[in-house]
Amino acid sequence: MAHEMTAAAGNGGEMQGATHLVPIRVYLTIFSLLMVLTAVTVGASFVDLGPANTLVAVVIAVTKMMLVILYFMHVRYSSRLTWAVVGGGFFWLAILLLLTLGDYLTRGPGWLRYG
Amino acid sequence: MAGAHATQHPKLQHHFDNLDQQFEASALGMWLFLVTEILFFGGLFAAYTIYRLMYPRAFAEASHELDVVLGGVNTAVLIGSSLTMAMAVWAAQLGKRGKQLLFLGLTMALGLVFLGIKAVEYSHKFEHGLVPGPDFRFESAHDPGHSQLFFSLYFVMTGLHAVHMIVGIGLMAVLFVMAFKGRFTRAYHTPVEVSGLYWHFVDIVWIFLFPLLYLIDRHGPVVH
Amino acid sequence: MDTAATPRSNYLTDGYGLKSWLLTRDHKRIGLLYLVSVSAFFVLGAVFAGLIRLELMTPAGDLVESDVYNKIFTMHGVIMVFFFLIPAIPAVLGNFLVPLMIGAKDLAFPRLNLLSWYVYTLGGIFTLWALVNGGVDTGWTFYTPYSSAFSNSHVALVVVGIFINGFSSILTGLNFIVTIHKLRAPGMTWFRLPLFIWAHYATALIMVLGTPVVAITLVMVAAERLLHLGIFDPKLGGDPVLFQHLFWFYSHPAVYIMILPAMGVMSELVAAFSRKRIFGYEVVAMSSLAIAVVGFLVWGHHMFVSSQSVYAATAFSLLSFVVAIPSAIKVFNWSATLYKGSISFDSPMVYVFGFIGLFLIGGLTGLFLAALAVDVHVHDTYFVVAHFHYIMVGGTIMMYLGGLHYWWPKIFGKLYHEGLARVSAVVIFIGFNLTFFPQFIVGYLGMPRRYHAYPPEFQLWNILSSAGAVILAVGYAMPTFYLLYSLVKGKPAPANPWGARGLEWDTPSPPPTQNFESTPAVSEPYNYAK
Repeated sequence: MAHEMTAAAGNGGEMQGATHLVPIRVYLTIFSLLMVLTAVTVGASFVDLGPANTLVAVVIAVTKMMLVILYFMHVRYSSRLTWAVVGGGFFWLAILLLLTLGDYLTRGPGWLRYG
Repeated sequence: MAGAHATQHPKLQHHFDNLDQQFEASALGMWLFLVTEILFFGGLFAAYTIYRLMYPRAFAEASHELDVVLGGVNTAVLIGSSLTMAMAVWAAQLGKRGKQLLFLGLTMALGLVFLGIKAVEYSHKFEHGLVPGPDFRFESAHDPGHSQLFFSLYFVMTGLHAVHMIVGIGLMAVLFVMAFKGRFTRAYHTPVEVSGLYWHFVDIVWIFLFPLLYLIDRHGPVVH
Repeated sequence: MDTAATPRSNYLTDGYGLKSWLLTRDHKRIGLLYLVSVSAFFVLGAVFAGLIRLELMTPAGDLVESDVYNKIFTMHGVIMVFFFLIPAIPAVLGNFLVPLMIGAKDLAFPRLNLLSWYVYTLGGIFTLWALVNGGVDTGWTFYTPYSSAFSNSHVALVVVGIFINGFSSILTGLNFIVTIHKLRAPGMTWFRLPLFIWAHYATALIMVLGTPVVAITLVMVAAERLLHLGIFDPKLGGDPVLFQHLFWFYSHPAVYIMILPAMGVMSELVAAFSRKRIFGYEVVAMSSLAIAVVGFLVWGHHMFVSSQSVYAATAFSLLSFVVAIPSAIKVFNWSATLYKGSISFDSPMVYVFGFIGLFLIGGLTGLFLAALAVDVHVHDTYFVVAHFHYIMVGGTIMMYLGGLHYWWPKIFGKLYHEGLARVSAVVIFIGFNLTFFPQFIVGYLGMPRRYHAYPPEFQLWNILSSAGAVILAVGYAMPTFYLLYSLVKGKPAPANPWGARGLEWDTPSPPPTQNFESTPAVSEPYNYAK
């Protein structure tokens, strides 16, 4: 975590934060994947998979999100601190969702209808 | 911290040692802000989850009132804008002023298209009595009395998302002006990277809103 | 050390006039801006407290009507929680000291820091505007559907004010986290950080993770009131208990935002005035993080008598017992530090001893409340009121004052009257106990909270409590006078009046604008000579 004490405070013309110049073809690949997954999620919703419909939709959405986070937002090339921050955010959201659901799911019959 | 800074970059603030440290701090700051946004929208997703589990039929039928085509197009538009945003960052990383302007401009344009389509959708809702309140007149056939909850959540969630889009487009406009003035170089383009993070986040929110609001049980009529 | 009577250039003399203060980017000046605002809100909140105690001197509701009383306790809660307790230590002492303690020139984002003060002020203005227009009567907890559908008071205005104010918290927390990660001086590794920093880091985590949830919850209430977008409306199938889940997800960790910084101050004071390294430094540091994390897992203990499931309630109860452990560990470690320490009873240390006893009682009564069966009996009684005042007033405010005294010479370069300070600390301790201990008793006996009238058999305890409040008020007034007096007539303070260890003491009092004249040399924390 030591910050450089170099005198070259202007970076000497080096690219800032020099590690993550992502090639354009990576971006285009990710873009295509995202479009395909969008089509898939729309298509899947028109097929009766029973309760799996919701699961499929969420899994596809999470996949799309991961692609954006890892590649468009450069997290794949970022520090562990960045990973910890991103992970922490989602972990805390999970706490909110799971503990709240924990109440509603255990209230007994009549509260939730999954059908 | 002492010592000559004869070659100090004009954008280096006095309390940082070098531009890299300053950039890392800015990026970390934006990530932390995005974490607050995860929790901010998260509260709405929590409410959505609970109520969808409580009233699945009302939610499904209400969801069918949304236009899948418009929603799908908007999803594609936002994903496209994420691509152009990533390209704008790429251009800034390489100090290519012309391309920065192109991609920032495209990102803004796509953002405006998104908002335009949203405006069309909203006006449709107003016309058809799908706005909660005294004029609401949609009734779920199989789960009456609970449809307003879906639409309340729809308006708050997409409305909040739209507000974030407007802020994002504003940011792009500011970046456009700064890029036009040649402020971003290989050594310094923090605002572009950091605004890019924000823009992608807003795209991610929509990636979840689209299936959760528009695509509930689209496989034929709700018959149980 | 330097005790020059002639003024030296420092952050206070670096620019005069309103603009130099209102447009400052100096974290030290921003800390002082907060000191002024936070103090003003404290006085306002205390006035409401005074009205409550005045009404409760007699069993009959004879001072004000019940709906006015509802507004009084609501405004007391809103102001004290959101506009005093949450910002006080972090935004005043934290802003001032975090960069100094880590050897930095400023926080990572000085302009965001200034913005956080303006946002705080704007939120305050909305809340005051609502107050002037008749206030809010929902309780600071804004439970639905009363707040969202039925109350005729200015709910939307106040929740907007609190929403805006929440950004102040978020910006402060964000700033602290980035600063502590990125701006530590060379050699300042994580385990050389003062425990004040660990405490503020943990606090900042809570600010960033929790505040947004209450923000969106209040947005939903405002949307329901202003736009008919009913999310909690039972007529539409909404569940009012969902509001409570979302509200307490933040508001429980919020109490850790209030106490963790106070614990950070405690560690600094205990070390300084026993002239000893804090016993179990690493464990105390980790406890701060543990409190921040586990504190997010216990919110349902505010909902034991709502329609929350008994399984969820049991889980929350168990977790609430667990969260007491790291706090207890801290108390053990402070006590172990005192043991065989070279203790001096300077005024900040009097506050330390006050804190230990009062926080102990407050914490233990929290365990009573965490037990499901006991809570069913005492929920919504004065027992709960006494519990949280022991922690927030007996804990947080004690350490806010203790810290203010300890660092006053550093902040202003002036020494205050030590004798008066010790006396005030004792007066506060006595007044506090007389105000709040009877509330445990009367609560256990069954007196409900938030009522302006009560059965006559409770009157004795209420009179004792109100008498205590008068003494407490005197105790709080005294520092106001001698501290302000010191600014005008106080002796100039040396760089290190207490002989303490820490980077903030290695720079003049008051510090120069850039904090340090040269990069400070970092060594182990609390390295007092044996």
